[in-house]
Amino acid sequence: MSLPASTLDVARKVSANMTMEIMTQMKHETDGNAPVKVNVSKMDVYYGKFRALADINLDVREKQITAIIGPSGCGKSTLLRSFNRMNDLTPSCRMIGEITLDGENIFTPGVDVVDIRRRVGMVFQRPNPFPKSIYDNVAYGPRLYGVRRRADLDEIVERSLKSAALWEEVKDKLHQSGMSLSGGQQQRLCIARALAVEPEVILMDEPASALDPISTLRIEELMHDLAKEYTIIIVTHNMQQAARVSNYTAMMMIDDQRAGRMIEYDQTQIIFTRPKDKRTEDYVTGRFG
Amino acid sequence: MSQMMEAVERRRALHIRRRKTTNTIMLSLTGLLTALALVPLFWIIGYVVVRGGKAINLDFFIHMPTPLGISGGGVLSSIEGTLVLIILAAVFAIPPGVLAAFYAARYPNRPLGVALRFSTDVLSGIPSIVVGVFVYGLMVVPMGHYSGLAGGAALAVIMLPTIIRTTEEMLKLVPGTLREASLGLGAPEWKTSVSVLFPAAANGILTGFLLALARAAGETAPLLMTALGNERFNLGQIVLGGLQNHQSIFVIVGRIINAPVDSLPLALWKYAQQPYPERVEQSWGVALVLMIFVLTINISARVWAQGRARKMRG
Repeated sequence: MSLPASTLDVARKVSANMTMEIMTQMKHETDGNAPVKVNVSKMDVYYGKFRALADINLDVREKQITAIIGPSGCGKSTLLRSFNRMNDLTPSCRMIGEITLDGENIFTPGVDVVDIRRRVGMVFQRPNPFPKSIYDNVAYGPRLYGVRRRADLDEIVERSLKSAALWEEVKDKLHQSGMSLSGGQQQRLCIARALAVEPEVILMDEPASALDPISTLRIEELMHDLAKEYTIIIVTHNMQQAARVSNYTAMMMIDDQRAGRMIEYDQTQIIFTRPKDKRTEDYVTGRFG
Repeated sequence: MSQMMEAVERRRALHIRRRKTTNTIMLSLTGLLTALALVPLFWIIGYVVVRGGKAINLDFFIHMPTPLGISGGGVLSSIEGTLVLIILAAVFAIPPGVLAAFYAARYPNRPLGVALRFSTDVLSGIPSIVVGVFVYGLMVVPMGHYSGLAGGAALAVIMLPTIIRTTEEMLKLVPGTLREASLGLGAPEWKTSVSVLFPAAANGILTGFLLALARAAGETAPLLMTALGNERFNLGQIVLGGLQNHQSIFVIVGRIINAPVDSLPLALWKYAQQPYPERVEQSWGVALVLMIFVLTINISARVWAQGRARKMRG
C-alpha cells in the first residue's frame, strides 16, 4: 500500500520541522567564514588494489564541528583515519592526492607523523583507556613529549580532565584504574587523554555509539564546548546526532565500484533541510541507510 | 478425531519420557567419568602425601644428604640445585622467548612469524631426553664437564615453547584499539609496546612464565646428561666461602653455575633406585617436596593473576 503524496509531504514537513527544532538547540554557532583548517583534495585511498575512497574533496573549517555521515561501509572511518595518517598502520593501505593541515601537505615524505598525530588527536568508537590509572592515562601523551615535572603534569591532567567535563567525578580517585570508570566516563577520559597533548583538530569515530543516551548527551554537550577551542571532525551513524552537534555535514556514499565518494558537503542546516542531492535527501529523511 | 488426538498425546508423552531417561543416563555417565578423571590427581597427591609425609621433617629441608646409615640427612642440595637450575633456565628462556613471541604476535603473516609458530609447535613435541642429548653435545662435551649451566640451558629449551606460546596469545588478546590509541597520540611503536601492550598483557605473560617454570622444575630427563646431579652441591658454602675469600660476585656465580648440581627430580630418581629402604623412604619425601614446590608455583601463579586482573578492572 502506498501513501498518498499529500501524506508524504506532510511527513516530510514534520520531519524538517523537527530537524529545525533540534538545530535551534545547537549551542555552537556556525561560522560560514571560518578559515579552512584541513583541506582534502582529490584524495583516493586504496587497500591493495581496491579503491576504498575516490576523489574526496573537503574543506574542514576551523573551530567548527564537521560531521561525516553516510551508510555503513562507505568509507567514513577510512576518511577520518586519513587525517592523522592512522591508515599508515594498515600495511596494504595507500593514499593518493593530498590533505593539508594549515596549508601543509601531511603526505609529504619529510613530514613527521608524530607531529601530525600530536596536532590531530583521535577518539575511538569504543572507549579504550589504557589499563593504567586515570592520571597516567591523561599524562601518557604529555610524557611522550617530554613533560616530566610533577607539577606540570598535575596541571595538565587537571586542565584536560576539566575540559573533558570529568574532573569533578574523578578528582578524588585519580590513581584508580581508568578501567574502573563507567563507559561514558571512560570515553570522556579518552577525550581528556587526547586533549592533554593540546591538539588542534580532534577526530571522533562514532564516539557515542557504544554509550547509553545520557552519556551520549554529555559527550555531545562536551563537543559543543570543545568546538570553541578545537576543530572537530566526527563520524556518526546517527543522523539526529549529526543534526544536533555539527555545523557542517559531509554526506558519503559508495558508487557502483564500491568506492566511497563524497556526494554533498555543506552547512548542516542546508544538508538537513534543502539538500541538493536526491540521495542525501533520501538518507537524511530516513528513507534508506 | 478425539481418538487421533489421544494417540498423538500418548506418543508425545512417550517421547518426553524417553528424552528424560536419556538425559538422566547421559548426565550420570558424564558425571561418573568426570569423577573418574579426577581420581588419578587426588590419588597421586594423597599417596605422595601419606608416603612422603613420614619421611620429611625440618631437617629434610635444611640439611645436606648424609651417608647411608647416618640419620638426619636432608635434601638441601637438591632444593638449592633446583632453584639454581630454574633461575638459569628463566634467564636463558625468557628474554628470547618474549621477543620471539612479540615478533610472532606483531607480524603473524610474515615468513619468520609463520616459521616461528610452526617450530614452536615442533619444539614442544620433542622428547625431553632428546633435548638433554642435544645440550650434552652442545655444552657438556665442549666444556668437558657436567654443569648447572648446561642443566639450565636444557630446561630453557623445554620452557621456550610454553613461554613463546603464552606470551604470543596474551599479546594478541590486547585489543588493537589500545595500540591505536597510543599510536594516535603520536607514540612510536616501541613506546607503545613497552608502555601499553606489554603492561596490558603482563598478567597472562607472567602467569605463563610461572607455569613454564613449574613444568621445568619437575623435569628429569633433560638433566640426566647435563646437570648430572651432585649430592655435595652446597650453595651456602660456595657463597659464604667466596665472600670470606673476597671473591668477586662473578667468580662466585661462575662457581655456582660451573659445578654439576642436584635437582629434586634427579634425587627422587636416584634414591628410588637404591636397594636401601631408608633411601626409598627418602625418595618419597623428595616426591612430596617436589610436588609441594610445583603446586605452590602453580597455584600462586593463578591466584596472583586473578588478583591482579581484579585490581585492573578496579
